[in-house]
Amino acid sequence: MPAENTANPKTIVPEIIAPKIVVRDLSFYYGDYCALKNINLSIAEKMVTAFIGPSGCGKSTLLRTFNRMYQLYPKQKATGEILLDGDNILDKKQDLNNLRAKIGMVFQKPTPFPMSIYDNIAFGVKLYESLNKNDMDERVEWALRKAALWTEAKDKLRQSGTGLSGGQQQRLCIARAIAVKPQVLLLDEPTSALDPISTAHIEKLIDELKEDFTIVIVTHNMQQAARVSDYTAYMYLGDLIEFGDTSTVFTNPKRKETEDYITGRFG
Amino acid sequence: MNVMPSLYTRRRIINATGLAISMLAMAFGLFWLCWILWTLLEHGLHALTPLVFAQMTPPPGSGGGLLNAIAGSLAMTLVGTLIGTPIGILAGTYLAEFGQRGWLAPVTRFINDVLLSAPSIVIGLFVYEVYVIRVKHFSGWAGALALSIIVIPIVIRTTENMLRLVPTTLREAAAALGAPQWKIINFITLRAARAGIITGVMLAIARISGETAPLLFTALNNQFWSSNMDQPMANLPVVIFQFAMSPYEDWQKLAWAGALLITLSVLTLNILARVLFRQKAASH
Repeated sequence: MPAENTANPKTIVPEIIAPKIVVRDLSFYYGDYCALKNINLSIAEKMVTAFIGPSGCGKSTLLRTFNRMYQLYPKQKATGEILLDGDNILDKKQDLNNLRAKIGMVFQKPTPFPMSIYDNIAFGVKLYESLNKNDMDERVEWALRKAALWTEAKDKLRQSGTGLSGGQQQRLCIARAIAVKPQVLLLDEPTSALDPISTAHIEKLIDELKEDFTIVIVTHNMQQAARVSDYTAYMYLGDLIEFGDTSTVFTNPKRKETEDYITGRFG
Repeated sequence: MNVMPSLYTRRRIINATGLAISMLAMAFGLFWLCWILWTLLEHGLHALTPLVFAQMTPPPGSGGGLLNAIAGSLAMTLVGTLIGTPIGILAGTYLAEFGQRGWLAPVTRFINDVLLSAPSIVIGLFVYEVYVIRVKHFSGWAGALALSIIVIPIVIRTTENMLRLVPTTLREAAAALGAPQWKIINFITLRAARAGIITGVMLAIARISGETAPLLFTALNNQFWSSNMDQPMANLPVVIFQFAMSPYEDWQKLAWAGALLITLSVLTLNILARVLFRQKAASH
């Protein structure tokens, strides 16, 4: 469906059957500075799509347009279209809170709220559903199990979320995001602040989560992209240089720039 | 790599000199502080008898205590804090959470800075002019009002600073869940900054519990017990001022006792504030 890319014919866009998100001619501005130039790509449902590229290439910016995070800042704006199941989420009429119920996000630094582990997870759920105590208990347990944190956290649900280790905090944030039962999960460099063991935990988790969620991950760690993702987009200076299934991008890139970056000859 | 010995020696000398100067400066500051505390303890401790807490301020030549002044100070400090704190926290929250755009926030911030450094006697005169003259008598309410005007800018400043210390990512994380802004502020940022804001309020209480000038023009003084805030009210700072200047020895002794009392309570408040803030820092 999103085969032809007229705005930026250099970009190679693969066919994705039944995409969850379709990005069309997306440009993004920080004030007058253009950070994304006519991006076109599709995100496959219940797959992992990775955005890679050097610092400042726009990969996080692109991710943050998917839940309109930029809307917190008055000088930032996006043009073009982002279709979630065919609905343009950049449309002014789009209800922001509803959108964010459908698209969850986890950030680079773990961001536990200053409250108990239980309340951290209940906070998001309470925004959309009024559950009785039993149902809420069940939902919290479900989310913590999904995030592989239940065994470590079940005896300290009433303790502060800030008391957990960095890796546990990040899994708490993942639990908090999925407790709302979103359809898409955005991960913005979720392991860059974590040690290798916690990173391995999270990567395993991503593999399990893609059964239920469409996942988009930004990472500056190429091995990580190769390990966890089904599709990879390589970006450079606000352009989408190459986009394809991960094995092709890493073993047989079509563009020389991609090859240079992946083989570490970037410079 | 080889380190040039002369360069290294020079660096060590500069380091030692800098350290020595800092230590001297600290010792200089501490010297006066300790002297003040020592003098207070020397004169105040033996005057600080249980009677101080049990009897009213006496006429010269007879025994008495400071009960009415202590009660008056507590009442006016309490009311002043109760008026000033909510206003200060609300305004500080506005400045930190909504004050990024427009002209109102910078103007508010500037006026608040002016208010923060305004001499307290000016605030006393102001309340005298707009309140005391109109109702034609001094009162505890007027005193509390003057104190609250001192509390407001302190609480605004600390609230804004503490909220600004809350990382943006925490706000973004809450927004990413789809939380509306009022919920983000109430349940996330104010909560994260809670210890710091409470510290600010305690420092404001410590500040007003020693203020004399604004009370001279507003609550004035009262020789007797008064629980009516609409009447002139005794309070520790003004009693100390009056008794210390008097030629009567028993009045002077009571003034020392009162001074020690205020200093100890301010010291306790400050230490409590520090402990609270340290706990907050440790939990992050």
